[in-house]
Amino acid sequence: MRELPDQGVVICCGSGGVGKTTVAAALALEGARRGRRACVVTIDPAKRLADALGLAELTNTPGKIEGDWSGELWALMLDTKTTFDNLVVRYAGGEEQARRILANGLYRNISGALSGTQEYMAMEKLYELHDEDRFDLVVVDTPPTRNALDFLDAPRRLTRLLDNRIFRLLVMPTRAYLKAVSAATQAFLRTVAKVVGAEVVGDAVAFFQAFEGMEQGFRERAQHVNDLLADPATVFVLVASPRADTVEEALFFADKLHEAGIDVDALVVNRLHPRFGDTNGAERERADTLAGSDLGTLYANLADFREVSAREESHFAELAAKVAPAPVGRVPFLSDDVHDLDGLTAVGSHLF
Amino acid sequence: MRALTSLRMAVSRGELHLDPAGFCSQTRVLIVAGKGGVGKTTVSAALARMAALAGLTTLIVEIEGKSGLARAFGRVQPLTYEEVTLAPGGGRSGAADVRARTLTPDDALIEYLHDHGMRRISKRLMKSGAVDVVSTAVPGIRDILVLGKVKALERDAHADLIVLDAPAAGHAVTFLMSATGLLDAVRVGPIRTQAQEVVDLLSDPNRCQVLLVTLAEETPVNEVVETAFKLEDRVGVSLAPVVVNGLYPTLTGLDIDPVEAASRSSAHLRNGEAETLRAAADFRRHRQQLQAEQVARLADALPLPQLHLPYLFTTGLGPAEVDVLAAALGDAVRGLPEPVAR
Repeated sequence: MRELPDQGVVICCGSGGVGKTTVAAALALEGARRGRRACVVTIDPAKRLADALGLAELTNTPGKIEGDWSGELWALMLDTKTTFDNLVVRYAGGEEQARRILANGLYRNISGALSGTQEYMAMEKLYELHDEDRFDLVVVDTPPTRNALDFLDAPRRLTRLLDNRIFRLLVMPTRAYLKAVSAATQAFLRTVAKVVGAEVVGDAVAFFQAFEGMEQGFRERAQHVNDLLADPATVFVLVASPRADTVEEALFFADKLHEAGIDVDALVVNRLHPRFGDTNGAERERADTLAGSDLGTLYANLADFREVSAREESHFAELAAKVAPAPVGRVPFLSDDVHDLDGLTAVGSHLF
Repeated sequence: MRALTSLRMAVSRGELHLDPAGFCSQTRVLIVAGKGGVGKTTVSAALARMAALAGLTTLIVEIEGKSGLARAFGRVQPLTYEEVTLAPGGGRSGAADVRARTLTPDDALIEYLHDHGMRRISKRLMKSGAVDVVSTAVPGIRDILVLGKVKALERDAHADLIVLDAPAAGHAVTFLMSATGLLDAVRVGPIRTQAQEVVDLLSDPNRCQVLLVTLAEETPVNEVVETAFKLEDRVGVSLAPVVVNGLYPTLTGLDIDPVEAASRSSAHLRNGEAETLRAAADFRRHRQQLQAEQVARLADALPLPQLHLPYLFTTGLGPAEVDVLAAALGDAVRGLPEPVAR
């Protein structure tokens, strides 16, 4: 994977539990080693890795990690709510508008708990860091999502909401529209109030009204984020593990990215079993013949690993063919969990 | 209520040993949750099959539209909102059916609107994007619709056991917290009633428990401990034993020198074979040791009984593997300590 660019934006994607965070951090570390100013944005790192990266708590601003590399290594753990708050403050027409939105119950729900918000803010943060020009390389790992490509769709979710016809009717300020508004909107609001209660509706109306005038800013921002994601220079790294189910998901993922006009630029297959040579079936035969003896046990064990390795290799080949001609990296089962810079260095040594 | 609980426990202490049937009869809904990649779907399949082999009709509810579950039972077509039989019961063994269905928020919403006298406007609500606004305005509403439907299946005793394959770890907490969250946000109306009924379901160990799945590795163990405490504290749901998935079956004698072992068996080793056998044996011993450490660490950190499932060296998951795992899970259940009255 030496040919992988060490500048620009890198997005690590793949299903949950395959090691996206580790790979993202290893890629940023490699950038720093090559003299780049690199920053890794992580969503929910395992605690020990977070500690190693100086990410004891949500920071939302990158922290520098010192080490013997020629470039710089920075890390940040995404704080979804603060990122969203900052965005609101940025586009609000003034303090009063920002305050009204930040205090709104519905807004607090959206910024804290709405599924998709985390993905949206991860991409927003990525854009912000890229836009600031402080870093040569920004690597982000994507949140574990219910649906593979939520993060691509995320920036559009809010604008879709803002574009909603009923919402637009609600925020139309001038009296001339008031009559047209009431018939359609009132009926809708009555229905909603019947189901979820009037307070929710009140909160929603207040939120939409408070948002008035800001949707253009948000829409443009979301467009910029989308443009960045669609930019051919943006690198997508697909991370997978060689098990049948995760390979299935990775193949699906690659297809979905392709449908969205995005090609996988690199593939990392993580946690491959060691090979101990190729299987020819003989070790299993010997294990069976020698069953019950110590040598039989040793052969049975070798047969186990050779068989699993053979299947992993076929999974690997299938994935590699799918993303060809993208470079592929293989990371073996490491003897320990990756939880410090040495571990990241070990991962990197298998990739570069 | 309390009397009933102790009665149930007394019965299970006295007459029923914890066999798979007894284990699966303690509660109607088992929610299988865990971090991504730990084998949640595998465990859901094994659990359902174990229950079915013990004579309990089992329904697996899948909410993420993943195809793995159907394939585990050898079904090519994906699951649908309409229930299908994945593994038919019957025969001499007296096994019951394993059935399965998906339960997406959109489908649940349409059904909800139909059931609440809004059949005529449901299409318009969906089409106009109004549903988008509402589900954004009331976060958790999609989750509550799904859980509400699970509750309805439970209430109707739709199957002896309902296995819910929950979203991955972090999402699972959010998913299960949706009901309490909604109770705070929505003060009146049918959604509040729905949320209240879901809270009632989740907080009654005789109706619903969460079965957590993990691997014997550092990060998954850390996360399962964290998830367990969050679920108890914030959701108030009872936890079933925790499943430790993917444990290498322990082989003994891996520390014996291959050359010595060969001479004892009067066998001949080819050139370099001793080194390969030794390397493979060392790798397994090392992994076995790491796993044993993590299993012990989990036991220290989480006061829940553990059910151990073996790693299958076949990397695929099909009906044969599901049966192997169901049998292994059954053995693990029989080894559980006697239940203690709560």
